[in-house]
Amino acid sequence: MLRLIAQRLGLGLITLWAASILIFVGTEILPGDLASAILQNSATPESLAEMRSELGLDRPAIVRYGEWLGNAARGDLGHSLASKRDVVEELSPRLKNTVFLAAYAAIIAVPLAVALGLMAAIWQGGVYDRLVNFVTLLTISVPEYLVGYILIKYLSVQMGWFPSLANVTPETPTLDRIYLTFLPVMTLVLVVVAHMMRMTRASVLNIMASPYIEMAFLKGLPKWRVVVRHAFPNALAPIINVIALNLAYLIVGVVVVEAVFVYPGLGQLMVDAVSKHDVPVVQACGLVFAAAFILLNMIADILAILSNPRLRHPR
Amino acid sequence: MTELEFLKQQHQDGRVSRREFLGRAAALGASAALVSTMLGSVEAHAAETPRKGGTLRLGLGGGSTTDSTDPTTWTDSVMVDAGRALYSGLVEWGQDGKPIPELAESWEIKPGAAEWILNLKKGVTFTNGKTFDADDAIYSINLHRGQTKSGAAGSFKVVKDVKKLNANQISITLDSGDADFAYVLTDYHMMIVPNGHTDWSKPVGTGPFTLDKFEPGVRFNGTKNANYWKAGRGHLDAIDITVINDTSARVNALVTGQVDAINRLDPKLANLVGKNPKLEIVRAAGGWHTVVSMMRDRPPFDNADLRLAFKWGIDREQIVKALFAGFGTVGNDHPIPKTDPYYNSSLPQFKYDADKAKFYAKKAGGTPTITIQASDAAFNGAVDMATLMQASASKAGLKVEVKKEPADGFWDNVWLKGPCVTSYWAGRSAATQMLSVAYGPDAPWNESHFKDPKFSELLLASRAELDETKRKAMIWELQAILHDEGATVVPAFRDWVDGHNKNVGGHTPHGGFDMDNGLIADKAWLKS
Repeated sequence: MLRLIAQRLGLGLITLWAASILIFVGTEILPGDLASAILQNSATPESLAEMRSELGLDRPAIVRYGEWLGNAARGDLGHSLASKRDVVEELSPRLKNTVFLAAYAAIIAVPLAVALGLMAAIWQGGVYDRLVNFVTLLTISVPEYLVGYILIKYLSVQMGWFPSLANVTPETPTLDRIYLTFLPVMTLVLVVVAHMMRMTRASVLNIMASPYIEMAFLKGLPKWRVVVRHAFPNALAPIINVIALNLAYLIVGVVVVEAVFVYPGLGQLMVDAVSKHDVPVVQACGLVFAAAFILLNMIADILAILSNPRLRHPR
Repeated sequence: MTELEFLKQQHQDGRVSRREFLGRAAALGASAALVSTMLGSVEAHAAETPRKGGTLRLGLGGGSTTDSTDPTTWTDSVMVDAGRALYSGLVEWGQDGKPIPELAESWEIKPGAAEWILNLKKGVTFTNGKTFDADDAIYSINLHRGQTKSGAAGSFKVVKDVKKLNANQISITLDSGDADFAYVLTDYHMMIVPNGHTDWSKPVGTGPFTLDKFEPGVRFNGTKNANYWKAGRGHLDAIDITVINDTSARVNALVTGQVDAINRLDPKLANLVGKNPKLEIVRAAGGWHTVVSMMRDRPPFDNADLRLAFKWGIDREQIVKALFAGFGTVGNDHPIPKTDPYYNSSLPQFKYDADKAKFYAKKAGGTPTITIQASDAAFNGAVDMATLMQASASKAGLKVEVKKEPADGFWDNVWLKGPCVTSYWAGRSAATQMLSVAYGPDAPWNESHFKDPKFSELLLASRAELDETKRKAMIWELQAILHDEGATVVPAFRDWVDGHNKNVGGHTPHGGFDMDNGLIADKAWLKS
């Protein structure tokens, strides 16, 4: 087990390095650079040149990448080219916000999705099953910004229950935070529940066709008990994978929701940094996102192994 | 904007007197009852007295994580508004369009307008306790001169030398005379910082607020500067700016009462906001304009008749309606807005006229394809504008293509490089300044490659001319030249549209920029 974890972590580091090259090349390919993105139409050739030399943008790309990689290997992610602030300092409040939002949404969405999915499997084909399938399909098909706007329209503008801005600051107390971020969290919950719920339902039903389930029924067990006690544990592996995928999405894919609710998360920072070609910040955001994916997938694999006695005790 | 509303706005801004307003409104056929209602609403605005205290919460678009309190780096609303809360300038661009004293108490123009003597205000202290003097003013001016990345470098190129005469007096020498140099000093980059200041993480200024919290691209909080020097300004205890770049989120925040005022109200939503009894829109006609610049020395745009065919072939009214939901005015292919005192009102207005377009196309000897390189990086709606032009020009028999350019690197790779490109100008405080930066003999951003000896000579002469009547005649002539022979199409001027809840006072329209030309933190107050 430990060997597996070490192996996966090592592979993860290599993946991160590959990602950093891709991100760097990607930002280099984009036309324009930081100087022209900042100065826009008040740029003169002199002011552009001055800014480029000040930022070191006049050196070849390979030199800049090498320098960045050397520093990053020593744990120094560098300074934002634009604001001159330490990247870690710039990133960490945003990362906290992103993790908070993702965790908040996951705490609601994961149990909800699994419970809804199990119930749909128990009452397969019934009115409840169809209804929940229909509603979740609807929420997953509607773009998330529209879900956000609909929530704002009814819960914020009309009823006045929740604020439309989730502009939290590092000083905001946790209870206020939970209240301020309620609408973005609901938006995310509506978007991710469908996927996890349908996967739970499908994998449980898949197991339900096995002979040992029939045996359980023949023993005279009630349906809910068969589903929860006999089918669900064996259906866990694919469910865990889908949950991991959705958690990763909650961390890396919520930039639209951040924009709609003006939530200062990592996605917004990365979009800003990309449009301004602020490479150290783009790199750092990209690495955080890649790391989140790699870690979550690793945890999902490990949990899947733990949930399966045959894999837990290989012969 | 209808002529009458425009007049009302002008009267509200103090550009048109009560008497003139009454006379011109009557000439437009407005009923006496309507005119008196309008006057009532205008004068109610003027009669309010400021109240002290409170925190003004602004939701502003135009912020980014790259923002800094270094004035040389400013390009957009958030930093202009936040910066104006921290610093003061030498000269302020007044509500009526005239320069008014700020830290420069008064100024003297030497004959020929190439030498300016500025008398600086005494007894003003910075937030770090230092007393403001000539060295600070010189240092601050020099931030925009020579080797600099400043966005104001182009405007300050004319400055040849800045000298200290005594502790409270400086002289500025220019390359050539410029009677409007006071307007250059109203540039929002031209903020006063203490001599030698370089640590922009700890800004020091003489503005109404001191920095409390600043997270670039997220928020800016300022608390009252207890030693603020300006009389009748700085009413608030604190200013609280939240960066909201998403248009709908900004309107939502205003409607749900999470902020008191917002900038860049989407024109399509402005009328809805205006109908809300708790909210008000603040609208100012100004110099912000869209352009399509053709390069006058590159085929096919070197053909004057083809240019005229295009100018008559586009539907400007439609562009104002579609892009700005009517919150704007049509342009006449020169960059001077109707609100400018030097606006040439005698020129025939270009409008869609298929016959004229066909006539000039025939005279041009054919209709080569005109390719407009458009990108929404230029301004939001630039691609739509180009497409509208294509539609109307095609109806008039011209061949127009729209080439959509990527937003990334637009200013670097397309602008000033392509022969026919969409772009915009935020306008300048003085007509001569606007004409100089885009069309003058050494214009830093001569988009249309406009080189005309007669124009250049006249421009230089008008800048140095101190006699009002002669000056006006010259500037009218300059506009006429651009109108007839220029290669820049100016389809529309856009109004600045802000919104606020009715608890906000002193947030007045200003043609220069949104949020009262960035001075909202200095001028506004809360009624309760």
